[in-house]
Amino acid sequence: MTTTIPPQGTAPAATGRVDIRGVHKSYGEHEVLHDVSLTIEPGSVVALLGPSGSGKSTLLRAVNHLETIQRGEITIDGEFIGYEQRGDKLYELREKHVLERRTRVGMVFQNFNLFPHLTAIQNVSEAPVALRRGTKAQIQERARELLARVGLADRANHYPRQLSGGQQQRVAIARALALDPDVLLFDEPTSALDPELVGEVLDVIRGLASSGTTLIIVTHEIGFAAEVADHVVFLDHGRIVEQGSPAQVLRSPEQARTQEFLDWVI
Amino acid sequence: MSTSASDLTSRDAENTRPGDLGIADAQTHGREVISLADQRESAGLVARTVVPLKHWGRWVFSALIVFVLAQLVWTLFTNPQWRWGVFAENFFDPAVIRGLWLTLWLTFASAIIGFALGAVLAIARMSRSPLLSSFAWGYIWFFRSIPLVVQLVIWYNLGYLFHTVGLGTPFTYDYWLIEFDTTRLISASVAAVLGLSLHQAAYSAEIIRGGLLAVDQGQLEAAAALGIPRARRFFHIVLPQAARAILPNAFNEVIGLLKGTSVVFVIALPELFYTVQVIYARNQQVIPLLLVAAAWYTIVTTLLSVVQFYIERYFARGSARELPPTPLQRLRAAFRRLTVRGTP
Repeated sequence: MTTTIPPQGTAPAATGRVDIRGVHKSYGEHEVLHDVSLTIEPGSVVALLGPSGSGKSTLLRAVNHLETIQRGEITIDGEFIGYEQRGDKLYELREKHVLERRTRVGMVFQNFNLFPHLTAIQNVSEAPVALRRGTKAQIQERARELLARVGLADRANHYPRQLSGGQQQRVAIARALALDPDVLLFDEPTSALDPELVGEVLDVIRGLASSGTTLIIVTHEIGFAAEVADHVVFLDHGRIVEQGSPAQVLRSPEQARTQEFLDWVI
Repeated sequence: MSTSASDLTSRDAENTRPGDLGIADAQTHGREVISLADQRESAGLVARTVVPLKHWGRWVFSALIVFVLAQLVWTLFTNPQWRWGVFAENFFDPAVIRGLWLTLWLTFASAIIGFALGAVLAIARMSRSPLLSSFAWGYIWFFRSIPLVVQLVIWYNLGYLFHTVGLGTPFTYDYWLIEFDTTRLISASVAAVLGLSLHQAAYSAEIIRGGLLAVDQGQLEAAAALGIPRARRFFHIVLPQAARAILPNAFNEVIGLLKGTSVVFVIALPELFYTVQVIYARNQQVIPLLLVAAAWYTIVTTLLSVVQFYIERYFARGSARELPPTPLQRLRAAFRRLTVRGTP
């Protein structure tokens, strides 16, 4: 955990590469994603920006198959999450196998979605226990470690409602880390927080940025995106308008639409 | 506690006198004085007594209720027709106790089968498969439509419809594999459990479905995103949260079922109500024996209510920052306060 894997894999076996190719998704007439293609290198940090309704959350949820897509494909290290490729056909996987593959992707939600009837440590150890990832003692130990990592070692036995919003989101991050995912998805992780609690959550994410896990972050915190992201993607109306390094996209965008959004947000 | 409270208010009253004067002055002498009073108040010098609002209506109604209750208690002691002696004689009568056991057993069996089947129906009803969901809807529609008494009598008389039931060649009455005589297979008690539990299943299905719907969709998403298998997701994540919404209604149903078992007297099953009927038909002591049944039903319902309280409390963990104390804890705390004051 203390060893830092440099991003963009000098280690040859780096995992967590996400390939998004030609993705379409619509709800009835309304097109949410239009021909979205994006390659995310292992260990990199990608920020998805865009006005609400631009499809950034949908794209994020499609990555771990919480949302199905109608056309195109999304693979993680060459593997589909919800399907298996045989020949040129994609076969829908049984839920059991979907879940197995999904464990490689952790997700942090806007509304935390902690399990309210379980304590912080039970929340963190729920998935490893369910999937039998080690003995009870090992899982407990690891859960404590994770809680300590997000600065909540002393809150292990608190229920979510006994924690502040920022603390809840940090527990949720620890929970997402419990299965050692290759890819972590953040769906507006600070949008439901009071301004003074945003910092503590961003600090934790900042700490993860150099850990070798691929991070995909949907956020409205432009400053934070500029600071931690290797790659910034700007979406509008279900299309990628512009992408590149934070310096390029956020400081000197090529597209008028991007500039307009940045002016409005900052 | 009451003494200390009154001490406090009387002390407050002394403290507030100057402030009260301030108000009176303000009202009579206009603006300047008001600002003076405000200044005093903001300096923290004034603490005014609050005179609680008098709820006259409550007092009148309370008095009325007490009067009616007193009247009722008075008749319990003065009207010889209650025949408390007969009540006491029959309360632990072996036949009554046997009837009570049968009532409890019927309630227990029907509740277990009814809720288990109800859970399956609820899940089927929420299934994405239109076939399953329509079957579940149809079941609920059918068993809610026919009165329990009618169902019981139909089950009991199923023999008229099918003399024998069994397994054999489909769409024939050729049961070469296994065959039962219907009237012997469906005895009164089997008919009772069948009727009660199938009826109960229809109602519990809707209660369970309501509870499941009350769980936030985000919980399911989070569990799915963590790769938690479907069964564990249901039993570990969704059900404990749904339980909070299900339990109050479920206990309502179980208590309803307990009393509903008295309906099975129509198929001559000697549960509690049927037993007391048999006894009073013999000795003509109608009221005391009905009281025996009423008392037993009340006792069991009370026990169920206590169980309900603690089960609900268990499932409420995490739902509030701190759970309110139980009545027992409150009693103990009050006792402790008393004893602490008692030893100066």
